[in-house]
Amino acid sequence: MKLKLFSYNVIDTPIHRLSGLTKLICFLLLTFAVMYSYDIRFILAVMVFAFIILKVSRIKYSQIRIMIIYVLLFLATNFILTFFFSPEYGVEIYGTRHEILKLFGRYNLTLEQLLYQTTKILKYASVVPFGIIFLLTTDPSEFAASLNGVGIPYKVSYAVSLTLRYFPDIQRDYQNISQAQQARGLEMSRKAKFMSRFKNSLLIIVPLIFSTLERIEYISNAMDLRGFGKLKNRTWYSKRKMTRSDFIAILVSLLVFAVSVLISVFINRSRFFNPFV
Amino acid sequence: MKEKPIIEFIDYSFQYYTQAEPTLYDINLKIYPGEKILIVGPSGSGKSTLGHCINGLIPFAYKGEIKGILKIKDLIAAEQDIFKLSKIVGTVLQDSDGQFVGLTVGEDIAFALENDNVPTEEMHRIVREVAAMVDMDHLLNSSPYELSGGQKQRTSLAGVMVDDVDVLLFDEPLANLDPATGKTAIEIIDDIHKRTNKTIIIIEHRLEDVLHRDVDRIIVINEGRIIADMSPDELVSSSVLSEIGVREPLYITALKYAGINVKSDMLPSHLETLKMDKVIEPLQAWYKSIEKPVKEQEKSPILTVENLIFSYDGKRNILDNVSFKIHEGEMISIVGKNGAGKSTLSKVLCGFEKQESGRICYYSENIDDRSIKERAEIIGLVMQNPNQMISKSMIYDEVALGLRLRGVPEDEIRPRVEKVLEICGLSPFIDWPISALSYGQKKRVTIASILVLEPKIIILDEPTAGQDYYHYTEIMKFLEKINKMGVTIIMITHDMHLMLEYTPRAIVLADGKILADTSASVVLTDPKLIEEANLKETSLYFLAEKANINDRTSFVQRFIDYERELRKNNET
Amino acid sequence: MKKYFEVSTKTIVAIGLGAAIFTLLFMFVKVPSPIPETSFQTAYGVSAFFATLFGPIAGGLIAFIGHAISDAVQYGSPWWSWVIASGAASFIFGFAYKRTKVEDGEFKGKDILTFNIIQVIGNVIAWLGLAPVLDIVIYAEPVNLVFAQGAIAAVMNSISAGVIGTLLLLAYAATRTKKGTLTKK
Ligand SMILES: Nc1ncnc2c1ncn2[C@@H]1O[C@H](COP(=O)(O)OP(=O)(O)OP(=O)(O)O)[C@@H](O)[C@H]1O
Ligand SMILES: Nc1ncnc2c1ncn2[C@@H]1O[C@H](COP(=O)(O)OP(=O)(O)OP(=O)(O)O)[C@@H](O)[C@H]1O
Ligand SMILES: [Mg+2]
Ligand SMILES: [Mg+2]
Repeated sequence: MKLKLFSYNVIDTPIHRLSGLTKLICFLLLTFAVMYSYDIRFILAVMVFAFIILKVSRIKYSQIRIMIIYVLLFLATNFILTFFFSPEYGVEIYGTRHEILKLFGRYNLTLEQLLYQTTKILKYASVVPFGIIFLLTTDPSEFAASLNGVGIPYKVSYAVSLTLRYFPDIQRDYQNISQAQQARGLEMSRKAKFMSRFKNSLLIIVPLIFSTLERIEYISNAMDLRGFGKLKNRTWYSKRKMTRSDFIAILVSLLVFAVSVLISVFINRSRFFNPFV
Repeated sequence: MKEKPIIEFIDYSFQYYTQAEPTLYDINLKIYPGEKILIVGPSGSGKSTLGHCINGLIPFAYKGEIKGILKIKDLIAAEQDIFKLSKIVGTVLQDSDGQFVGLTVGEDIAFALENDNVPTEEMHRIVREVAAMVDMDHLLNSSPYELSGGQKQRTSLAGVMVDDVDVLLFDEPLANLDPATGKTAIEIIDDIHKRTNKTIIIIEHRLEDVLHRDVDRIIVINEGRIIADMSPDELVSSSVLSEIGVREPLYITALKYAGINVKSDMLPSHLETLKMDKVIEPLQAWYKSIEKPVKEQEKSPILTVENLIFSYDGKRNILDNVSFKIHEGEMISIVGKNGAGKSTLSKVLCGFEKQESGRICYYSENIDDRSIKERAEIIGLVMQNPNQMISKSMIYDEVALGLRLRGVPEDEIRPRVEKVLEICGLSPFIDWPISALSYGQKKRVTIASILVLEPKIIILDEPTAGQDYYHYTEIMKFLEKINKMGVTIIMITHDMHLMLEYTPRAIVLADGKILADTSASVVLTDPKLIEEANLKETSLYFLAEKANINDRTSFVQRFIDYERELRKNNET
Repeated sequence: MKKYFEVSTKTIVAIGLGAAIFTLLFMFVKVPSPIPETSFQTAYGVSAFFATLFGPIAGGLIAFIGHAISDAVQYGSPWWSWVIASGAASFIFGFAYKRTKVEDGEFKGKDILTFNIIQVIGNVIAWLGLAPVLDIVIYAEPVNLVFAQGAIAAVMNSISAGVIGTLLLLAYAATRTKKGTLTKK
């Protein structure tokens, strides 16, 4: 059972050296750049960029294998569902119709649909690396400071840090409780009927919630006693100084974001790159 | 020293919003700068409540009705906000996991500074200084899961010392610490006191452990009233403690058994200072007078564990080649330092976790491939924290749950549940909401909910943690009762008294290995073993030494035999 | 109205730990439903429970943070449109805060009704309104697809929040004590 939510590994790469704040800003900028654009050329470019960064930050495949599997599954279902629900959506978007393959009923494959769906897949696929990089190269201790840095109220930022701090404890409680209940005869297997499974899950959730409620009272006392929330703002022990490379990184991301917007506004005159007209 | 008191209660009383009567009655108390005060009293007597009043949680976090005046540094406490008070009074809470809010040691120590907007660089400087004081400066980057209970405690201490408060308030600093760590904790507190001359207030059940270092005054609270305020010497030689059911130091008990009339001029509050002249020969006489009880012969082993190896992560072995036998109808304790693997062992025995190698046999039959549910028919586990087991709101339903999940017909359930509640002394509460029970009673409900499944063996993880002497005795009497009914009992505990008094045999675990498997009196008189397993010699051992009794182990053993006899006679 | 949005230290801690539980349940404790390929998210029962106890801010943030983290852990990056929808739904659950007598140990017919009405409204707005719209705006997903998905989500999550939430609140009510009622025996 892994104790920490993210397997943040302490190694020294240019990416690890960036401050958490920088990485959060870049992550947001780049994500939104990709989300906004439906230009396959731009997206491919970003994708290449993403994988270069992934290499630089020396993230091992073993760390992210499960994530990748989940993502591929998700993309596959999304691809199929999209075609199943609206096979003509591409035509709708690009306004032309180049049929390349007759299937059954209303299901005919068009170039437009193909472009639209491929673009979409690549879009999602190129967002993921940025998320992974941010999560695996940022010291959890820096999260709160970084969130606060991008303008999120410090109390809320601190709540996030509390989540990271107490997740392992709660996970362990959950284990203990569920084991104790199984010993009393609780049926966890798929055999049970689904209403009774609701009830069964409750036999674990109830103790978990109630012991947590006690913990909440206790922790908030401890925090009050140490002056939490006294002032309008607060400083952070694990906040890092911004260096030149931080500003460069942010600049680059800004650039990518700008490009994404400019292409849409001036070249494509829409979010979509349309080769058909 | 008779300058202005730093804390002064004047005809003070407090009543919680939900309570029908006050919890504190007309408290009058002066505490002077630089004093070191110990507050004792039975569970539920109002010690923590008094603490809450001093650190401002009352009225800030707990609503209720305050009468009278509380002055702290000449300020009327009720008129200050908790932040102002937190600059004067620093509080170290019992559960160091609850107080450890940071993701790393450094962050947690810095917490108060962060809230004061101290610039990051300066913060790092201060944190390093304070961490050095409690010698944690080499661990600033470790996260809570990498720390031992004692190290967490040190961190909490540093965390309140960063803003240099006048008063340090400790609420049960020793609970959940293994004996040796508890001892160190007391020493750290004492050093801080000597070095900084801060005012120290300690709330604690474990009187003997706190008295390991000197305190100026002891204040005894009972049912919300201060019933005694005297020097340690006076207190231990008075009858107050035994009257309200707070445990006196074990060596004092021994003296009393030996018919010695303990007087404060014998300086009895520490064994080191105790004047022995009037003590030695009555003690030796008593020691000789106790005759060995007939040793009942060993029954056949009910549980045999062979070469058990287990690890959570496949790297570090938490259990490393563990082997032992448990005999039918035995009552045995498993002791050892924090993180030794005691709770893990109990999980493996119950099949919650699968061992990598080794076998577990019930009588002669191997039970390794039995499901959790099936094993529960043989071995029942009562976890340390009752709130982690209780999932129903009514006592009856909670105890019946196990039977219902096993599909036992209702008409058969009721008699079984009622019988068990009878045994656990819970019959009067049969249709009460569990929320209305005290911690000790909740504990018994969880024991009942295991007992009702009629396991042959019961494992209890820390059965008496956080219980005062009265409830402790209650629980242990009850366990002895079900043990006499033929249930084999295994107790995991940090309480050396419990091990001495109730379990003839003890298994000592350290870093996943079994260091010893022998009689309790031997364990607690073997310096090397004690050292390795973070245990603590019983004061009886030193008493024997001071009384020139050469065979100290047998002195301890006879003390135990004597007490067992007493208990037997009291029951009949 | 103000009382709804005040955040004490306790609220913050509730958000932090609530989000931790949400994350845990969201990743590991799903009740598979009769409909294939779908499952009931017990987590929404928990966010509904916390929302009713600590208000909209707590509810909303618990679900938002919890959902974002578990997405990040599983997929590497949050699926923003749904994360926001989760937050919005649980934010709306929060309007049951101080509308029931659960804190005084009463959670009966009327309270249960209030809670569930609010809970259903929240889910409908979030999953039939917000989520699909955001999917279209942010990701340009096909309209009928996202609304179909939204509809399913709305139903499933209403059931989860309804069943689990109600049962939790019932259990909680049973533990509450009124003013000046605790007496020693
Ligand atoms: N928040 C609360 N609301 C209502 N009653 C409370 C509250 N906290 C404590 N009490 C009651 O006040 C009394 C004293 O509780 P307190 O915690 O001060 O006892 P204690 O001496 O610290 O006991 P222990 O040694 O077990 O910690 C108990 O009867 C308890 O039920
Ligand atoms: N669920 C778990 N996953 C991973 N490691 C664990 C888990 N539970 C315990 N450990 C580790 O196993 C070791 C032994 O833990 P365990 O709780 O058995 O010790 P213990 O003897 O019960 O300590 P204590 O006296 O403090 O209760 C510790 O280092 C702990 O960090
Ligand atoms: Mg207390
Ligand atoms: Mg343990």
